[in-house]
Amino acid sequence: MAIIEAKKLTKIFGHDPKKAIPLLDKGWSKEKILAETKLTVGVNQADFSIEEGQIFVIMGLSGSGKSTLVRLLNRLIEPTSGQLLFGGRDVMKMTAEELRQLRRKNIGMVFQKFALFPHRTVIQNIEYGLEVQGIDKKKRRDLAMQSLELVGLKGWENSYPDQLSGGMQQRVGLARGLANDPDVLLMDEAFSALDPLIRKDMQDELLELQSKMKKTIVFITHDLDEALRIGDQIALMKDGSIVQIGSPEEILMQPANKYVERFVEDVDLSKVLTAAHAMEKAETVTLDKGPRVALQFMRERGVSSLYVVDKSMKLLGLVSAEDASNAVKDGRKLEDIIQRKVPVTYPEALLNELFEMMASSRHPVAVTDENGRLMGVVIKGAVLAALAGNAGTALGGDSSESA
Amino acid sequence: MNLPKIPLAEWIESLEAWLENNLEPLFDFISLIIGGTVDGLSAALDWLPPLAVIAIFAAIAWYIGKWKMGVFTAAGLLIIDNLGLWSQTMQTLALVLTAAFISILIGIPLGILCARHNGMQRIVTPALDFMQTMPAFVYLLPAVTFFSLGVVPGVISSIIFAIPPTIRLTNLGIRQVPAELVEAADAFGSTPGQKLVKLQLPIAMPTIMAGVNQTIMLSLSMVVIASMVGAQGVGATVYRAVTQIKTGVGFEAGLAIVILAIILDRLTQQVIKRPNPQPIKKK
Repeated sequence: MAIIEAKKLTKIFGHDPKKAIPLLDKGWSKEKILAETKLTVGVNQADFSIEEGQIFVIMGLSGSGKSTLVRLLNRLIEPTSGQLLFGGRDVMKMTAEELRQLRRKNIGMVFQKFALFPHRTVIQNIEYGLEVQGIDKKKRRDLAMQSLELVGLKGWENSYPDQLSGGMQQRVGLARGLANDPDVLLMDEAFSALDPLIRKDMQDELLELQSKMKKTIVFITHDLDEALRIGDQIALMKDGSIVQIGSPEEILMQPANKYVERFVEDVDLSKVLTAAHAMEKAETVTLDKGPRVALQFMRERGVSSLYVVDKSMKLLGLVSAEDASNAVKDGRKLEDIIQRKVPVTYPEALLNELFEMMASSRHPVAVTDENGRLMGVVIKGAVLAALAGNAGTALGGDSSESA
Repeated sequence: MNLPKIPLAEWIESLEAWLENNLEPLFDFISLIIGGTVDGLSAALDWLPPLAVIAIFAAIAWYIGKWKMGVFTAAGLLIIDNLGLWSQTMQTLALVLTAAFISILIGIPLGILCARHNGMQRIVTPALDFMQTMPAFVYLLPAVTFFSLGVVPGVISSIIFAIPPTIRLTNLGIRQVPAELVEAADAFGSTPGQKLVKLQLPIAMPTIMAGVNQTIMLSLSMVVIASMVGAQGVGATVYRAVTQIKTGVGFEAGLAIVILAIILDRLTQQVIKRPNPQPIKKK
């Protein structure tokens, strides 16, 4: 279910902004409107919906309107026109009090420059949102402590923000955003001010938190790698308009226009595509067959080895043509010649994590699900094809239908 | 040029007469409050033996500042007592504290209003400029008309002269709270009142206190002028010394004012740069 739905959501800055709305309807560009009316288009008729539990990334260069757009969602910036629904409720029709309740209970926010209150300790910062709701001191302290533990800063509750490093400060920011258990967390360039290494740690932690808590997260970034890394859906913005919305693969593989294409051309695909993308069907044989049958299969299918599985497709190992033909001569069973040491990975593994494994093994890398069942194999040729951007072969059907 | 002169002086005087005739009960009431406060305070300070008062002030100075502050306060007040200016100085202190207290009581809320409403700021700023540049003697006259001779017109004109820094710096301090912090407070659903109490005032406090410090210093600088309309105290001693050309007496009384000024200044300064709280840091 969509938790946030925006229809033609628009923000125009300047005096008498409404007069630019018909011009946008006529399709005037941001530059033309600025030149003719001195009005600045912040966000131009954004249409999108954010599903519950999703990480929705709004990505664009500075000045593209992404920070404005995220502030329209909790009306820190008042939208000029359009419609905005939060859980089916019309946000733009809310009174000041209703809006306050929405901000207190349903929407948390994390800021680029942390925006921690310097005169309050870490724990007092975290409990701020609970305090303004009027929750009594003991209860809000407990909730804030839980939030603090969640971000791994237990023991720092009585420190002041300026005594913490940047990464730790943003953990406090994150804990503050999560303390009132909101439905949606807005993160405005939350990791942009951090060092690259700490930034990656924070991304990992955010993904881990997300898998535990299933929050809906709206994440703003100007960094494409970050967007691709954490986004379930990415909305790419330029000049206040959303140019394309799609999954990371769709943005990479089917850019909607030249702008997106130029944007994504330098992306390292190996950090985006997963084993599942490059996976092919595995040739298998069940354990109850003899080596002679296995040899026959290999000949028929033109391969030099087979994956051995049980009846439920659980991967047991691998048998090579050489071993099979020796076994036929010696009269041994398939069980005796099975090689149990096979390179294995999981479908979500990024291709760049597989390179080393593939280089050091003569065999393709097997891909198994969480129950150990064989889903397919990744062979070197398919990886190269995927990295070269041959979307059709590497990605299969699901990405082409939803573009 | 043969244009007739604008009868500004006549206008002002008829306004003054109108106010005097129509708002007399109000002026009487204000007079009662201010006069009562100054007299009560000065009676209390004078009722205690000087040594007790000195001990109390030294203890406060020690507590707020360092031990050096305590020693200086004790020494300074002892000198004043020794010069035989004790009760005058306590009268002056009562006047200054009353003026400063009323200035803060009016000035901080007014500064907050200015910070919140640009329109308010546009009205108040020129009024403050006017109050600070118009020679103090000029508004001493209507103050005497409305409140008659004595300490009250002295306090009133001290307030008019001394209140601008508190208003200006409260306004400035609140406006200087970083926009991203205000935004964060909004994003978590603060009411305007919560935002003021939990964020803006605490962050602006050092700036507001700098204004309060200036207000106290300015009202102290008014004590000699206030004595011209009958306010008692060490200011009156200075004024008398000047009219009688007694340099020595004038110097002694002037020194008492300087000592009082230094003590009040250092004490309020200490409050401004309150040391950062030292939290327990766990590794």
